[in-house]
Amino acid sequence: MANPLQRRRRPLSSKAAVNLTAYGMMAPYMIPFLILTVIPVVTAIALGFTYFNMLEPPKFIFLENYIRMFLDDDVFPKVLKNTLLFALITGPVSYCISFLSAWLISEFPPSIRSIFTLAFYSPTLTGNLYFTWTYVFSGDRYGILNSLLLNLRLVDAPVQWLSDPKTMMGCLIIIQLWSSFGVSFLAFIAGFQNMDRSLSEAGAIDGIHNRWQELWYITLPSMAPQLIFSAVQQIGACFSVGQIVQALAGFPTTNYAADTLLTYMLDVGTVRFEMGYASAIATFLFLMMVFVNFVVTHLLRRFSAG
Amino acid sequence: MKLRVRTRKLNRSLGGNIVIFILIALMSVFMLLPMVYTVSTAFKPISEIYVFPPHFFPHSPTLENFLQISLLFEGFWIPMSRYVFNTVFICTVVTLGHLLLSSLAAYPLARLNFTGRNFISSVVRLSLLFTTALMLIPQYIVMSKLQIINTYWAFILPQVQAALGLYLLQNFMLQIPEAMLEAARVDGAKEHQIYFNIVMPNIKPAWLTVMIFAFQTIWNSSGATISTTLVYDEKIKMISSLLSQVVAGGTARSGVGSVMGLILMTPPLILFICCQNQVIETMSTSGMKD
Repeated sequence: MANPLQRRRRPLSSKAAVNLTAYGMMAPYMIPFLILTVIPVVTAIALGFTYFNMLEPPKFIFLENYIRMFLDDDVFPKVLKNTLLFALITGPVSYCISFLSAWLISEFPPSIRSIFTLAFYSPTLTGNLYFTWTYVFSGDRYGILNSLLLNLRLVDAPVQWLSDPKTMMGCLIIIQLWSSFGVSFLAFIAGFQNMDRSLSEAGAIDGIHNRWQELWYITLPSMAPQLIFSAVQQIGACFSVGQIVQALAGFPTTNYAADTLLTYMLDVGTVRFEMGYASAIATFLFLMMVFVNFVVTHLLRRFSAG
Repeated sequence: MKLRVRTRKLNRSLGGNIVIFILIALMSVFMLLPMVYTVSTAFKPISEIYVFPPHFFPHSPTLENFLQISLLFEGFWIPMSRYVFNTVFICTVVTLGHLLLSSLAAYPLARLNFTGRNFISSVVRLSLLFTTALMLIPQYIVMSKLQIINTYWAFILPQVQAALGLYLLQNFMLQIPEAMLEAARVDGAKEHQIYFNIVMPNIKPAWLTVMIFAFQTIWNSSGATISTTLVYDEKIKMISSLLSQVVAGGTARSGVGSVMGLILMTPPLILFICCQNQVIETMSTSGMKD
């Protein structure tokens, strides 16, 4: 039988020591991360099954919030449709434009390249500058777009761009696209800059004749990691469109014509204080994003491997 | 005989290059229009703000909007110095705190083989999906339980734990050669010494990037819903939320509002212009491999 004293004298096994160091170093970050990311997500999922108004303790009502969402709420289908419209248009379009423009920009000499990069990234940098779009789409004749159209006699009265349900979505999609060249765009720029030039030279010898063939056969496959990272960023951004809608078209918008799940969640949560229902909406959004993310990254991985 | 250096890249035509230059230049102009318009409106006299058709550039530029700021600032309840203090305090704590905490956590995630590493990595990656705006309500519920709504913490904590910084640092640290770390371990260095003396000095471009992103987010977010929902006391707000209140003040104030917009966009712009190379260098390791 081993002597217990002898066992204690043995040094901590190296795996346990590594674990201890690792968790020790991660703790200062992981504690706020737990409190402000993990716990909120878990709480939202749990509160989605309750009635909760912040004052009384949550009351368990199981699926009632979800039943209400899909069967009893006139607004929900509208905001869901808007969210999907925003996501399906701004997501892929912005992803493709970021990729293509980053590819084209990266071919220029460094000084021109950095100016173009700055231009595309500037809407993200300058945060609140989207307010300027109110001068473009202003509903009176002093608005830039209205005055232009009035002068050309294309319209005979100013168009209420941001409060008419018919034009709202179109304008907001343009503004959202304008503001969508963020971190994912930078990742593409960086990716292209670090591309292995010898690959494209080898391609030229192997019979690639123009830049489009080079893009498809050589550049795209070698950019797979960037493509996946940017996809994650874009999916996150295009499903949480809302800040611009809220600031430019009102909160809520006329007849909820341009509201998204995000602004509706804010409406339900911060105005009506129905936190249970707001949590159910948040959970629905989480699930949708995680699902889309899973499918898209899976497809991208399959594409780059095959 | 001198070898002729190829100036043109393979598979590129001059005509194509010109067309592409024009296309990208036009797109850049579109991207920059709001910024240019803000600058030009800042110099417009009040008589030119309501004219039909509107002037894109002022016909008789003036500094009168800039002079109005001092008038506007005189009537505040909260002294300007308080806003300045809040800005410096919040930005310093957020950028430095974010860099310190996330780099400390990134090192083991990138380079140490510990139990649960893959699980934690994938949780961090998944959380890249959840934007600040999306997390607002769930965070609000948790923060109100912890009673940190309407305190400096409500500004600081969400930014300090932003997953993007951790993710970027983790990826950047993968570039450091293993031999370098191993040599230090053989010499008897502890992991925290390796972190301070070897890893951190080698990832300086990533420091800057992560701090710039953190600054950008906190500076720009203070105008958004966060500054009305999570923090509503003017006494603890930053200059940027003060300025964005004027920017959002409507067309009647568009002259002064544009001056504010101009001031608001200057710090992140200058920072990014100065550090663009480091940011791009960091982003080049941002890819998701598995």
